[in-house]
Formats: sequence, structure tokens, C-alpha cells
Amino acid sequence: MGRYVARRLLQMIPVFLGSTLLVFLMMYALPGDPVRALAGEQHVDASQIAAMKASLGLDKPIWLQYLNYLGNLFQGDFGQQIGTQRPVAEVISEAYPITVRLAIFAFVFTVVAGISLGIIAGLKAESIRDRGLLGLTLVLISMPSFVLGFLVQYFVAFELGIAKPNVSLEPTNGELIMPAIVLASLSLAYVARLTRTSVAENIRADYMRTAVAKGLPRRRVIGVHLMRNSLIPVVTFLGTDIGALMGGAIVTEGIFNIKGVGSLVFEALKKREGATVVGVVTLLVVVYLVCSLLVDLLYAVLDPRIRYA
Amino acid sequence: MRGAKSAKWVAGAAVIALAATACGGGDSDGGKKNTSGQPAGYVSIDVGEPQKPLMPADTNESNGSYVIQSLFTQLLDFDDKGEIVLTNAESVETEDSKTWTVKLKAGWKFHNGEAVTAQSYIDAWNWYANVKNAQQNAFWFSDIKGYADVHPEKGDPKSDKMSGLKAVDDTTFTIELTDKVPYFNYKLGYATFAPLPKVFYDDPKAFGQKPIGNGPYTFEKWTHKKLIQVRAWPEYQGPNKAANKGIQFKNYSTVEAAYQDVISGNLDMIRQVGPRDLPKYKTDLGDGAIDQPYAAIQTLVPAFYSKSFKDIDPKVLQGLSMAIDRDTITKTVLNGTRIPATSFTPPQVKGNQTLDSDILKYNPAKAKELIKAGGGVPENKFTIQYNADGGHKEWVTAVCESIRNATGVECTGDAKPDFPTDLEARDNDEVKGFYRGGWVADYPVNVNFLKELYHSKAESNNGRFNDKEVDALMAKGDKADSLEESVAAYQEVEKKLVEKMPAIPLWYYAINGGHGKNVDNVKVDFHGDLELTGVTTK
Repeated sequence: MGRYVARRLLQMIPVFLGSTLLVFLMMYALPGDPVRALAGEQHVDASQIAAMKASLGLDKPIWLQYLNYLGNLFQGDFGQQIGTQRPVAEVISEAYPITVRLAIFAFVFTVVAGISLGIIAGLKAESIRDRGLLGLTLVLISMPSFVLGFLVQYFVAFELGIAKPNVSLEPTNGELIMPAIVLASLSLAYVARLTRTSVAENIRADYMRTAVAKGLPRRRVIGVHLMRNSLIPVVTFLGTDIGALMGGAIVTEGIFNIKGVGSLVFEALKKREGATVVGVVTLLVVVYLVCSLLVDLLYAVLDPRIRYA
Repeated sequence: MRGAKSAKWVAGAAVIALAATACGGGDSDGGKKNTSGQPAGYVSIDVGEPQKPLMPADTNESNGSYVIQSLFTQLLDFDDKGEIVLTNAESVETEDSKTWTVKLKAGWKFHNGEAVTAQSYIDAWNWYANVKNAQQNAFWFSDIKGYADVHPEKGDPKSDKMSGLKAVDDTTFTIELTDKVPYFNYKLGYATFAPLPKVFYDDPKAFGQKPIGNGPYTFEKWTHKKLIQVRAWPEYQGPNKAANKGIQFKNYSTVEAAYQDVISGNLDMIRQVGPRDLPKYKTDLGDGAIDQPYAAIQTLVPAFYSKSFKDIDPKVLQGLSMAIDRDTITKTVLNGTRIPATSFTPPQVKGNQTLDSDILKYNPAKAKELIKAGGGVPENKFTIQYNADGGHKEWVTAVCESIRNATGVECTGDAKPDFPTDLEARDNDEVKGFYRGGWVADYPVNVNFLKELYHSKAESNNGRFNDKEVDALMAKGDKADSLEESVAAYQEVEKKLVEKMPAIPLWYYAINGGHGKNVDNVKVDFHGDLELTGVTTK
């Protein structure tokens, strides 16, 4: 298993290189010149723009730009933003903590609420509470997140008045609860449905009957025997979900004015800040890679029949 | 047991991977500061992260301009009617429109205590204009004699000083221009003409993060992407002394989020209400709602190199103009946020006139006639290019609909995904029909809306309109001896444009913003910015 882990970690290197290259090429292929765009509709001084590009290395051929970027990256230099002239590493490090906090909050909420709801429904499939859950998750899945976001914001902040509509500049944990719930609601619906289906299926399995027949306490039958097997599809989903919660929170971040990674990428894309986009996406790729490795290893924890050599 | 053993590996792998990629997920924001609280007496406004470091000559977008204008004061400024108000200057005078003499008010200081002298201006302007410093607004100094030496079209500068700038004494200097510019003093009101203290030259880059100016406010802090805070400067001597204790420029990702904060009292002012809240903002904000036109115009500019409009008869463009029902579109699609245009210049600028022509009035019958008389549009169809990220799609569709219904000419929108792409197509002469033109006044004189857009050599003339008659008329205006003559000459230019149709004026802009209950005296200046110095807290 040690070798397996080592191999997987090593495999991350080519994936990492490939993904940065892809994003780099895509940014390059986009129309629109970031240096030119800074001037807007005003006068443009061609020689000045050329000089700025030269100083940023943007005048070189694409392959050389990429090699330079990689070379700098391995020395811990993510490059410099074109407009603000600030180091990209600094810009990213400002946006990351809040995104990580929001993602953790949302993730915990997804896991706790989603799995509990799924078990409650799955243990008595086709009952009223099961139908109720299916109805609720259907609503959550079909409702666009900005609608849900505005509704929650309106009721919590304006009707009930128990929270501010937007988070403050240095958000406290309490302020992040509302955005985290909105962000988590879609995943929550999926997790609840996945858990519910696999619990409902496994509860009729032979090994469950054996466990009950052995006279094990109900808590152990459900908590260990049933859960271990039922959680495999859920864990698969949760693993990829962390990345989605971090990178895909643009809508939620916009509604609650959270200055996280989502809005950073969006703004950088609009301004064609290549280095910023590649930097953020690279980090997100790493998060995905790590999470998928963890998921694969968790399979072995959950199901002893799965082994890695 | 095997389960437990595997769990150990999971934990191990997680630690290695996270350590290797150094994204431990920890909170790095250190000690908890309470920046959400607004200091007493301060006012707050939704102004986002400036695009560039805070340098007067490198800022031409509105976020940065707001901050720059609070920190720096130039020689003069404009009131809400567009008339000159002298700020740092005692007088700005000329006899021949070519050599200008500037007298500064005595006793002015920068925030660090250094005196503001004639030399502070001259050194700053020389630095801004120098091609090596790559300042966005360097071309603003191109009227000054010797500009070509510091900013040649190619290669290194021959000198680091413009010969046209001379200090007479500590508080007097002269500006000699290459040619007559009768309206040059109006240009001096642009924020780019700000002076700089000596410390700037030690480290311009650091200065851009922590500027020291001579304006009504001193710089306090800049939490990137979140907040810029400035404090009122008690020693300020200008007429626009701060009536509040300071300003917080707060960054919002969306106008909707900013609006929610105004409603709930966490933000004092909003510059522009988003489309979602426009229908109800007047009832929400009551007296706090701001709905005021300002000096900016939106036009449809034909690309005169395109298949549709190459060698087009201006009559066709006049016809298309008369096929647009401006009144209905501004009222319905645009929610009353725009005012139908009545000329090529907005009413707030000097020299705006009522055109003796009906080309901007909706008249489908005459529109059809004119298009027919002019030979029609090639293939009977054309496109309007716009950037899809700016909320333009709705009115472009409406304009097309109006033209199609009135004249039968097929019109479609040509959406570019965002502004950089839109600009690139314009720069490279790749516009297929019309493009969406927008222009906000830099200085409140009609010249700004005519010469910068329709002179054959103007940089912003992306439609490549080229007409010798118009150029000659403009040259006449530039050679005039006084501002009045010059403005009058440009009024003639504008009348000529009606015949030539370098663009189809659509409507003027209005600001639809507002303020909450905690502040008062929020006024709008001529180019649509809120005047923050006058805002008072209740």
C-alpha cells in the first residue's frame, strides 16, 4: 500500500504539468489582449503597450512563456498580475483562506445533514418520510443556486433580521453559516439521495440479515455493517465535491460578497490575467488530485475486500 | 484490523500530499481585526479594487479615479454645471492660447508636510509623460512642447524634461504648447495633472500602494480587493474640503450585493443600482435615490471599412438613425436610465446645441425614404457589435427590432463575450457593421466629444471615419484665439457631422444610484461621479 500511495503521488506530477499546460494554452487562445484592455476606450500607445508586454515577457513565443512560467513556478514564483502589478501568489493567498473555510463549512454541512437524512429515509424506503426527502431534494436540485441564495438572504437578513445580508470584510465563522448552507444545498441533495438509495438496497443484503441474526445491537448493525458498504458511492461523490465547492462557488460568493477563489478566477478571466487563472486552476487541480487519492484509499478502509498493492 | 491499517495510510497520504503542495488549508489571516465596523463620521461607498496601482497618470477607470481624486487635487476642477473651479491654482491664464501661466495658491502642502511648488508639478508631469514610465495617460501631456522628446513614437526618450514647462518662481510656472489649444485649461482638470511629492521618485512602485497626495483626504489603508480607507486631512485648504471624517471604498462583487448593504444600512452610497433592483429602488431609498443625467453618450459607430458601410451614403445612416425609436426604448427596455440623444454632445458640456435637424427623431416613413435615396445597405442587412458582459444585449435587440420594423433592413447583434474581445475587434478593424460606442466626458467641452472621436487621426476613432472637410473645420477650431471661438467653431463641426454621420447618437447616460439614511448631501459631478467631499453624516 505504501508503494501504491507513492506511485499515486508521483503520478500527480505529469497530471499537474498537463493541466497547467492546457490552461495556459487555453488562456493564450482566448481573444483579447490584457495589456491593451487596460486602456479601455481611451487612447492607445502602441509602443508603450509593446514595452509593457516585453517587461512582462508576454511578447515571447507561447512555448517559451510556458517554460518561463514553469521555471518560476518551481521556485515558488506564480508570476505577476498585469493590471495591479502585484505578485499572483499574494493575490491567491488572500483569496484562498476564506474559500477553504467556506468549503469546509459547506462540506461538513453536506456530510452531516446529507448522510443523516439519507439514512433516515433509506431505513424506511417508500415511507412518508422517504417521499418527503425525495421531494425536498428534488426542490434543492432543481432550484438554481442564485434563486436559493437570494431567497435565503431575503428571509434571513430582511424578514427575520438575524444576520447581515453580506459577510463583512473579515468574515467571522458565524457569518459564513448562511452562505455555506446555500453553497452546500445542491451537494446535500445529491448526498442524501445517494445514501438513501444505497442504504435502502444494502439493508436487504444477506450479510445484514446475518448480522441481525447474530444478535448484534441495532446501533452496530446500522452504524458499522450497513454504513461501511453504503458509503462507498457517497465517498466517491464527496471526494470530487470538495473541489467543486472550492472552485465553483462563484454564484454564492457573488450573492454574499465573499472575496474568494471563485470571484478571483472570474475577474481574472474577464481581464485575461493568464498567470492568475493558471495559478488558481493549478491549485484546484491539486486539490482534486489529493481528494481523489484520499477517496481511493478510503475505499480500502470502508471495504476490506478492496486492496491496493 | 485491515481497515484500521488502511486508515493510517489514508492519513499519511493526506499529510504528504498537502505538505508537498503547501495548501495546508490553514487560515493565514492572522489576528482578527474588526474592519467591518465603520469608524464614526466616515462614509462608505461601493468602489471596487482599482485596476492598477494608485498613480494619477496610470488610472483611467472609475474605481481608481475615485480614490485618486480623494487623495490628489489638481490645479482646477469643475462644478456640477461644468464651470471651472480653481483648486490648487490661484489663476491659470493665457493671452495667445499657446503659453499658459499658472499661479499656485501659497501655503499648500502634501500630506507628508512637503510644500506644493511649481516644481512639484513640473517634475511630476515630466515623469508621467516619459515613455519609460509607461503611464496610461501619458498622451494627455502631448500638447506640451517637448513631448516628442520624452515620448518618441519609437525608441528611447531624448530627454527627461519637456522644454515647454518652466518654473518662474516657487508658485508660478509656464506651460508652452506646441500648437494653440484654446481649451487647454479645461484639460488641466483631469486627475492625471496631479502633482507629486519628492518621495515618489525614490520608489514609485511602493508609492502606488501607499500614495501621498495634496488632496482633501490622506491615505489610511488598502486591504486588497476589500477596502480602501482614507481620512479627512485637517490641513487641506481647497474649496472642496471634506465635510466628513473619511471615506471607506468598499469592494462588492455584484451591484446586487452592494444594494442589499445600502438597504440594510451597512453601506452608505451606491453608484449604480443593478437592473434587478431598478424598478423598486426609488421606493426603497426614498429621498436617497439619485437619478441624474451626466456628460456621457452612447452611439452606434459604423465601421467605414466594413462590407456594410464602406463608401456608404450618409443618407442611409440618417435613415437608420430615424428608424430607432429612442423614446420607447429608453423608457421600456432601459427602465428610464438613459435620455434620448438630441445631438452628438451631451447637454452638460460647453457648446452643446440644439441641432436643426430631425435625424434623431423617430420617423419610419422618412427613414425608409432616406435609405432608399441613399442606395440602401448592401445585402439589406448589418450587425451591431457589443460586449455581452456589459448588459447591452437588451437594448441592442430592441434597436434592431425597431430598425427592422421601420425599414425592413435586417439587423442582428454581434456579441463578443467580453470587453477585451470587443476592443480587440475594434483595434484590428474587424468590426463587421456597427459597434457600440460609449464616451464619458474627460473635460466638459464639446471638443472632447468631437475631436477625440471623429478626427481622422483620433486614436479612439475606431470606425475609421475620415473626412477632410470635418478635419479642416476642426483645425479651424483649434487655431481659435479664445475658448469661446473654439467652442463655436466646434459647433460648426457638429452641424457638419449631421450631414456626414460618423456615428448614430443614441442616448445620454444617467446615474441611478442612491444613499442610505445615515448620510446626506450626496451630489453628482458632471461626469457622473458622486462628490464625496461634500457628503455629511447624520
